[in-house]
Amino acid sequence: MTPALTIEKLAVQFPQRTGTIFAVREASLSVQAAECVGIVGESGSGKTQIFMAAMGLLAAAARTDGSVRFEGREILGSPPAELNRIRGSKLTMVFQDPMTSLTPHLRIGIQLAEVLVSHSQMSWHDAERAALRILERVRVPEPKRRLRQYPHELSGGMRQRVMIGMSLLCEPSLLIADEPTTALDVTVQAHIIDLFRAMREELRMAIVLISHDLGVVAGLADRIIVMYGGRVVESGRARHILQRAEHPYTAGLLKCIPDLKGPRLERMPSLAGQAPSPCSIERGCAFAARCPRADARCRVERPLLREFPAAAHQVACHFPLSS
Amino acid sequence: MSAAERLRSNPGAVCALAIIVALISLALVGPLFNPNNIESLDWAHVAAEPGVIGAHWFGTDRLGRDLFARTLEGTRVSLAVGLAASAISLGVGISYGAVAGYVGGRTDHLMMRFIEVLSGLPLIFFVIFLTVIFGRSQYLLFLTIGAVGWLTMARIVRGQTLSIRQREFIEAAVASGAGSARIIFKHVIPNLLGPVIVYATLTVPQIILFESFLSFLGLGVQEPHSSLGTLIAEGAGEMEAAPWILVVPGSFLALLLLCMNILGDGLRDALDVKER
Amino acid sequence: MTRYFFKRLAGAIPTLFIIITAAFFLIRAAPGGPFDQEQALPPEILANLQSAYGLDLPVWAQYGRYLRALAHGDFGPSFKYKDFTVTELIEQGFPVTLQIGTAALMLALAFGIPLGMFAALHHNSAADYAAMSLAVVGIAIPSFVVLPFLGLFFGIYLHWLPVAGWEPGSIRHLVLPVIALCLPPLSIIARMTRASMLEILRTHFIRTAFAKGLALHVVLLRHALRPALLPVAGYLAPAVASIMTGSLVVESIAGLPGIGRYLVQGALNRDYTLVMGMVIIYSTLLIAMGLVVDLIYAWLDPRIRFGR
Repeated sequence: MTPALTIEKLAVQFPQRTGTIFAVREASLSVQAAECVGIVGESGSGKTQIFMAAMGLLAAAARTDGSVRFEGREILGSPPAELNRIRGSKLTMVFQDPMTSLTPHLRIGIQLAEVLVSHSQMSWHDAERAALRILERVRVPEPKRRLRQYPHELSGGMRQRVMIGMSLLCEPSLLIADEPTTALDVTVQAHIIDLFRAMREELRMAIVLISHDLGVVAGLADRIIVMYGGRVVESGRARHILQRAEHPYTAGLLKCIPDLKGPRLERMPSLAGQAPSPCSIERGCAFAARCPRADARCRVERPLLREFPAAAHQVACHFPLSS
Repeated sequence: MSAAERLRSNPGAVCALAIIVALISLALVGPLFNPNNIESLDWAHVAAEPGVIGAHWFGTDRLGRDLFARTLEGTRVSLAVGLAASAISLGVGISYGAVAGYVGGRTDHLMMRFIEVLSGLPLIFFVIFLTVIFGRSQYLLFLTIGAVGWLTMARIVRGQTLSIRQREFIEAAVASGAGSARIIFKHVIPNLLGPVIVYATLTVPQIILFESFLSFLGLGVQEPHSSLGTLIAEGAGEMEAAPWILVVPGSFLALLLLCMNILGDGLRDALDVKER
Repeated sequence: MTRYFFKRLAGAIPTLFIIITAAFFLIRAAPGGPFDQEQALPPEILANLQSAYGLDLPVWAQYGRYLRALAHGDFGPSFKYKDFTVTELIEQGFPVTLQIGTAALMLALAFGIPLGMFAALHHNSAADYAAMSLAVVGIAIPSFVVLPFLGLFFGIYLHWLPVAGWEPGSIRHLVLPVIALCLPPLSIIARMTRASMLEILRTHFIRTAFAKGLALHVVLLRHALRPALLPVAGYLAPAVASIMTGSLVVESIAGLPGIGRYLVQGALNRDYTLVMGMVIIYSTLLIAMGLVVDLIYAWLDPRIRFGR
């Protein structure tokens, strides 16, 4: 079965007058049909830029290299006219800032219906009826009234539901959700995660869930990919990673999740140091400066991604935790 | 990159600056190279085309007056009136804005409302109105021309003052017992230099333009002086017979204004000033 | 929406009233009467003239008289054009000025906005630099320089268009004046649209629109255009003021019989009633323009309609 998305050796750079920004140094990953993959990393790890590249939404100054295949077809570098055939219909994206992601002067109904009108031959009338149905599906209360309202009349949580609805209208094969809950209240967060769970079961679609928060990803993902310094540092089945992470960075992230049942701590655990700047030249492992297990070899030789300890698990580390 | 470096790397602005300097130099020094003066009437060469005869490099007008001399004089008058009026306008604008921004509260609110009301009215109508009432006079001219541009400067300065006021060294000055006036003039104003320079460079061409406009209509500089505006008005009347009477002063004015605007834009980019 | 409009209208009327009153009393306070420049007149004739023009009444009575006349659309007789009332002069001249003014505004919008959008879409390209350079020229060089040059080139060298003059219903005579009049606002609108569009294109909601797979022209026209035009809407009233100012000069050069020319003549001749009438007309126009702009704002941004 063709994977929904295959990314091979993708690199994304932004040449500037003062130097180049390496947003993604090199990343390869794949998402199978109907699978949920969680992408975890800090800001600057490149996790968002990979998928902006896939969607063709990178800034004009960006330079890319590598390959991105959607359902087997190469889409990296495709002209917008071609991309528009799958963007918004089969390959959709939800962003993290619902407060600013909707057009302020257009009614909700129009912003929903236009997806259908532009991707299929539907009439505006039918499209608005479909929009109503999708609002019901994403559990927006009083959907009929909402259709005629403007974005500023809806709360953050509701706007995010509208965004999710917009991305589901054409029954996509792959939905990319970039930090969908970060800007929302905790209670609303939980509802949105539940929504994703329900959609996944109902629609059998693949989901990429990008987050800096392992906790958000833990409840939903089949597989987890951890990114650091513009590269993939660990990838494997979610349960495996959550129970026994191999990369010191992942282990560090896991330790940061507050445990309500554990002993009371004096201080919150955190990772010392800072993530490397995307402008810097690489030397050795990007995590070496903050790693408790690092030695001289780590600072000079960059560890390559390899399968360890088992086939479905990959780590980029000279001293994984099991060794 | 420092501001000066940014400006230097802007070819348009550098070029513009060079041209302005060249024009001003020409206006000041040019007459030394030409025997004609602005009043002498050369009856032998009336409405002559530009050429070498009689050293009428730019030609002559309908009365035989040398256009080279007249254009350069016009440039000098336009620049002089423009700079003088600009100085007044900037002085008023900066003081008004600094006071409004520093005092704040209701006074500031009222002062800004006043500016808002004035901004909506086209100045020319004011001028015409005042001309009807008081007749044409040189003082009126200066006053009204100076009224151009103080509004924007006042607004910019007020915005800057508001932000500077919050800064620590002002608190220190107040704590040391300095009076408001002293603080405004010794501390606030020197820190406004960046935006002030930029908008001053943009105000001067506005004022020169307005003066030319008035002179063109006959409401500005009066005989025997003529500014570029007056010359253009004359030239417009002689277009068919002697186009150079229009083209020469017209080109001078256009070039001067264009280069000042380009320079002002370049300065704005270099100093990275944004209007509040 | 209608309530909003009436609120703004209610605010505009007192402003107009203040302008009329201020103008009236300022004129009366001026040194010298309207007849001072004439050769010394025998006192009886002076007295007759004064009573004919109502100048012998106390100031308040004159004011009342003026207001009542205004309400009937009567601006009084012109002091210099002895055979005409100001109202007649306005009726003669206003259509011409309105024609060229409106044409200039329409052209400025119709060409300025697309030019700005084009420049924004081709940001940092040669076309962008070229367009913006032209815009600087348009802004810097005043219409009283542009128009004669246009006339020189298109009229005298190429013989394509008339340099000056006017015939009722003629379009050819209006082409050059309108072009000279529309260039400064056109350039400003182009620059504004470009800057605004560049900002809008970086917003999150435009990113969403592209992510939805909408075609470029749909994103531009349906999603980007309205917010991008907000600053342009704010510029409309100054644009009208600028066109009004420019029309004074353009009418004078091109010999068009509009009210701009009367205004200038009125100033030079110290024709009080004429100038007062013109000032009132222009003020009314500007205030009306301000109201229209407010309405446009409310349409462009729904948040304003709901009263932030």
